[in-house]
Amino acid sequence: MSPLLEVATVSKSFRGLKAVTEASFDVAKGDIVGLIGPNGAGKTTIFNLVAGVLAPDHGQVRFAGRRIDGLRPDQVCAAGIGRTFQIVKPFAGLSVLDNVTVGALQRAQGVSAAKRHAAKIVERLGLGAKRELPASSLTLPDRKRLEIARALATRPQLLLLDEVMAGLTPTECDQMVGVFRELNRAEGLTILLIEHVMRAVMALARHIVVLNHGEVISRGAPEEVVRDPAVLECYLGEEAEV
Amino acid sequence: MNLRIAGLLALLAAALVALPLVASPYVLSVATLILYFAYAGQAWNVMMGFAGQLSLGHSLYVGLAGYASAGLFFHYGIGPWAGLWLAIALCTAAGAAIGFLAFRFGISGVYFALLTIAFAEFTRIGFDHIKWLGGPGGLFIKVSQRETWDLANLRGTPEMFYYVMLALAAGAFVLCWLLLRSRAGYYWQAIRENEEAAQALGINTFRWKMLAVVVSAAMTSLAGVFFAFYYNNLFPEQVFHISRSIEIILGPIIGGIGTLFGPILGAAVLTVLADGITELLAALGLEIPGVKQVFYGLVLLVVVMFLPNGIWPTLARRLGLSK
Repeated sequence: MSPLLEVATVSKSFRGLKAVTEASFDVAKGDIVGLIGPNGAGKTTIFNLVAGVLAPDHGQVRFAGRRIDGLRPDQVCAAGIGRTFQIVKPFAGLSVLDNVTVGALQRAQGVSAAKRHAAKIVERLGLGAKRELPASSLTLPDRKRLEIARALATRPQLLLLDEVMAGLTPTECDQMVGVFRELNRAEGLTILLIEHVMRAVMALARHIVVLNHGEVISRGAPEEVVRDPAVLECYLGEEAEV
Repeated sequence: MNLRIAGLLALLAAALVALPLVASPYVLSVATLILYFAYAGQAWNVMMGFAGQLSLGHSLYVGLAGYASAGLFFHYGIGPWAGLWLAIALCTAAGAAIGFLAFRFGISGVYFALLTIAFAEFTRIGFDHIKWLGGPGGLFIKVSQRETWDLANLRGTPEMFYYVMLALAAGAFVLCWLLLRSRAGYYWQAIRENEEAAQALGINTFRWKMLAVVVSAAMTSLAGVFFAFYYNNLFPEQVFHISRSIEIILGPIIGGIGTLFGPILGAAVLTVLADGITELLAALGLEIPGVKQVFYGLVLLVVVMFLPNGIWPTLARRLGLSK
């Protein structure tokens, strides 16, 4: 079976600075893949190449067998990829439910159908009691949940998570891991996450892709990756002792 | 919409329909002006209040539509209900051109606002050179049949103009109410709040922003047709002037941007107070040019300082109409 997402020898430079160099990796359907690497390794660039924010200079991004590199973000969403933002971007003036309804309209026939679908997702992410509140009144963990709820409402096959655990306490982080595991288990949702919080990556990801200086330097199961000398050297050096 | 709002609306509608029975000609003319600004403000609000695209050049659509319908009437005797379609077509095209240029090339925020001013300004200068429409000397429609209602040609009594404007304002209110609850309303508000996030949720922001501009322009064109037939004269220097655009947008800003009642409330407050001041000064035998503009500035200052979201959101909370 061909993978759901294929990133094939993708390169991207910004004014001569090579952010990503011939990076390749796959995400199989139903898998949870963590994309890690030190600051400036090109994680966010790859994320943006998949999400349609940037177009690659070379290489291809294929999703469900179809090329998606060069598509606009809204077209990527329509193709079945949902994303969150590292710095949360709620529709601050709208209620929690309306925020999620906007996402649900992507596949729903009308506003009332979208609202029903949104209500279920809001409930599922534990925001049910706050559905009528304006998004601007939410705390950071709730804003992160809202970000995820909105992306999920578009009924994606693949969910891209950009540092969704950053700024959360360990307890909140564990809760979030639980939410994603459940989504993955119950609905077969495929997840690609960029994450700095190793605790979350190790708990959640089944496969890890390690980037350094824009190149993929290692990939495999979490326990293999953390023993890879190349990875230890560039990134996990300090943490490998722990 | 909850029951209290529905009750309030019914009361307001009844009062407005009954008004000409009791009002003096002066009060009726002020009321007509309020409805005009409520309507035009509602139209502007679609673009700025709903979709977050700031236009400072809505006088462009008022002027284009006014000249189109008045020109057809003046030269060929074609009535405003037919001329209206040309007006809508022209304004839609102008709005689409501005929107396309801006959104295709990523011009947004203040720069977008400047673009809307630029279009209104060069149209104003351009119309000075169109002899067929009177040039700088103005275009005048014959004032006739001031006693009877000739709805077909929009010639008639002040009561007729009042009711026409009331129907337009009510229609705009209902249209905006429906729009806000539709897919377009959700998408526009998402774009207003955060365009990048909106796009990530599958919204083709170019297309929906274009729709907002075109709907707003088309709505404003009706205000232009009314303007031409109500005042019976058009001068490029006046109708396209930026102060006309500012007049339109002050109502929604003071009443509450993005709300349905804001444009109506703002238009009422501003028009009544501005006319009151003018009257008061006249009664005192004072004539101070520009006093209205100074007054607008003061009201705006006070509202921005103390009610940055406009009067309506605060008032609605006080009245228990919103959470």
